[in-house]
Amino acid sequence: MNALTSIPINHYLIFCSMLFSIGVIGVLIKRNALVILMSVELMINSVNLLLAAFSAYSNDPAGQIFVFFIMVVAAAEVAIGLAIFVLIYKTTHSIDIDVLNKLKW
Amino acid sequence: MKILIALIPLLPLLGFIILGLGYRSIPKRVAAILGPGTIFVSFVLSLIVLFNFRYLATSLPRYFDWISLGPVSIPFEFLIDPLSILMMLIITGVGFVIHVYSIGYMSHDMGFNRFFAYMNLFIFFMLILVMSANYAVMFIGWEGVGLCSYLLIGFWFKNQQFNNAAKKAFIMNRIGDLGFLLGMFLIFTTFKSFSYPVVFEQAKTMTPGSGTMVTITLLLFVGAVGKSAQIPLYTWLPDAMAGPTPVSALIHAATMVTAGVYMVARSGVLYVLAPVTMEIMGITALATMLLAATIAIFQNDIKKVLAYSTISQLGYMFLALSVGAFTGAMFHLMTHAFFKALLFLGAGSVIHALEGEQDIRKMGGLKNALPKTYWTFLVGTLAISGLPPLSGFFSKDEILGNVFGSSLPIWVVAVGVSMMTVFYMFRLLFLTFAGKNRGSHPQTLKIHESPAVMTIPLIILAILAFFGGFLNIPEIMGGSGILKEFLAPVFADAVRLNQLQPHHVAARLEWSNMVMVLLLVLLMVYVAYQRFVIRDSRIVSRSYLIRLIENKFYVDEVYDYLFVRPALRISDALHKFVEERFIDRIVNGTGTMVVRFSNGIRYLQTGHVGMYLFFMIIGILLILFFNIIL
Repeated sequence: MNALTSIPINHYLIFCSMLFSIGVIGVLIKRNALVILMSVELMINSVNLLLAAFSAYSNDPAGQIFVFFIMVVAAAEVAIGLAIFVLIYKTTHSIDIDVLNKLKW
Repeated sequence: MKILIALIPLLPLLGFIILGLGYRSIPKRVAAILGPGTIFVSFVLSLIVLFNFRYLATSLPRYFDWISLGPVSIPFEFLIDPLSILMMLIITGVGFVIHVYSIGYMSHDMGFNRFFAYMNLFIFFMLILVMSANYAVMFIGWEGVGLCSYLLIGFWFKNQQFNNAAKKAFIMNRIGDLGFLLGMFLIFTTFKSFSYPVVFEQAKTMTPGSGTMVTITLLLFVGAVGKSAQIPLYTWLPDAMAGPTPVSALIHAATMVTAGVYMVARSGVLYVLAPVTMEIMGITALATMLLAATIAIFQNDIKKVLAYSTISQLGYMFLALSVGAFTGAMFHLMTHAFFKALLFLGAGSVIHALEGEQDIRKMGGLKNALPKTYWTFLVGTLAISGLPPLSGFFSKDEILGNVFGSSLPIWVVAVGVSMMTVFYMFRLLFLTFAGKNRGSHPQTLKIHESPAVMTIPLIILAILAFFGGFLNIPEIMGGSGILKEFLAPVFADAVRLNQLQPHHVAARLEWSNMVMVLLLVLLMVYVAYQRFVIRDSRIVSRSYLIRLIENKFYVDEVYDYLFVRPALRISDALHKFVEERFIDRIVNGTGTMVVRFSNGIRYLQTGHVGMYLFFMIIGILLILFFNIIL
């Protein structure tokens, strides 16, 4: 019985759902691009946590390995996202996503 | 031997492929060797087949299964028997001579290589047509020669009139081909095979005159009518003269137009079992001969006279077939191939010398300027007129003899047509070569005899036209009838089964007929001489009858009114009502609808990133929702 499995699985589920929902709501209502990116990270991490939890409960290390992959991908994604934001800031002097409405009909 | 036989049609095909693919880059000199060369090799191979025929006997080399569907299997096989060997020799022999002639005739043409490519392709298809051992493979050749005819009539495709002539030939042939195709299908449903030996073997057991037999033979005859330019599908042949003259000589005189005759002769067993068809064929042939000969007398285009003459001579062949004289028909087919090819090439030589002039009213007096052309043309004219000992005499005599034995009135008409042939051919000869030149001045200055590459083929054909008849000297003259004996095994069954067997004519009667016909021929020559040389008068009277004949009985106009215009009008109506109002609207309506719909929903594309994210999440939620629920 390790430390992870000492907490009931339901707790993980509820916690991760809340975390994920917070992330979703953050993405939806925030106007600041950086905050949206952080919200996305939050969603990713909620999934990561859930993966780790299930992996521990089912005694299968694959889930935890998968978490590492997701982290790597998330890091890459953040790197690109931030680079885009830097460029956006250079041209518009703002990182409010409402400014970015040039691409329309 | 099997491979050797396969090479006969394959070599011209190879020539076509090489010349066709490289027609831009192959120099003329190479094409001039390659084009006739392939045909020459085929001719030599055909000769080898002929000389080895004794050891081969009738053989059926089989190459591969062309169509095989369950129990049905149509092999690609050839039938090598006297009839097909005769046709192969005519096609490759006359074909080679005409190819050589074309080197000179087409030398100034831009499409030199293209011309030889088409000609080689034609020879290939024609050989397939005559060598095939079943109706399905014959049909490949049958359609192929039609295609080549179309391509070569419209060879100078920049002239819209020539294109129209090509289309006319193609469409009229298509009508005939439909009959041929239906006949083929009926043969298959009746005999469960396309193969000649199988079909004929079974046909022999059928009751003569049964409905199926009559239908099959009539449908096949419709095909022959289209291909061999008989009433009512003959009007394409005069128009086909739009093609280069060697084409007229090869396709529209010597070979392709005789395909119908060959096909009927090949299916002789079927035809003798359908006396009704034979009668219809006889009437059609007689009407065609008479009509075409009448028109030919009043034509002024050198090639059109020959074209109508060809139609008339083809009528002769069908007349021979209709009385069961298969050998006679094939004999006349052969001699006709010689002298008509000769006449066409001679006409080509005249046209070449006059730089494209085809109107005989503007010719005359060319005897001295074009001596070789004149003498060979004279041989051709004498041969077609049936003067002994030239080839036309023997072949016509054989047909007339057979017709005499079958029906006297038909014989009288046939002799009459023969006299008309003499008249229009000598009219052509005299107006072209005798008297004074009636052309415009600059034309007359440039007249020159054709180069050797054109005159030597003329001389070869003249020799053939002169001596070709000796292959089948009638018995009463003590002849052996080599051709008759050679072809006898092919037609043995058909002749045996023939119900309308022409009864044998007494030798004395035959002699007297022959002499009478001969005297009439001489009389006609004299009349023509009086009319066109002594008085040098072209027919100028303007009676209604003559005007009617000069306008070819307005058959083209009648067809135009009865078929062409209604067809155009129906097409026009369909275009306006079905095409524009219905099909176009559906197609355009689909486009318009998409455009309108897109116009409506493109306003969703607001450019707000927040909104897109919102939609995305709504979408994901919906997918999840449906996945869970459903």
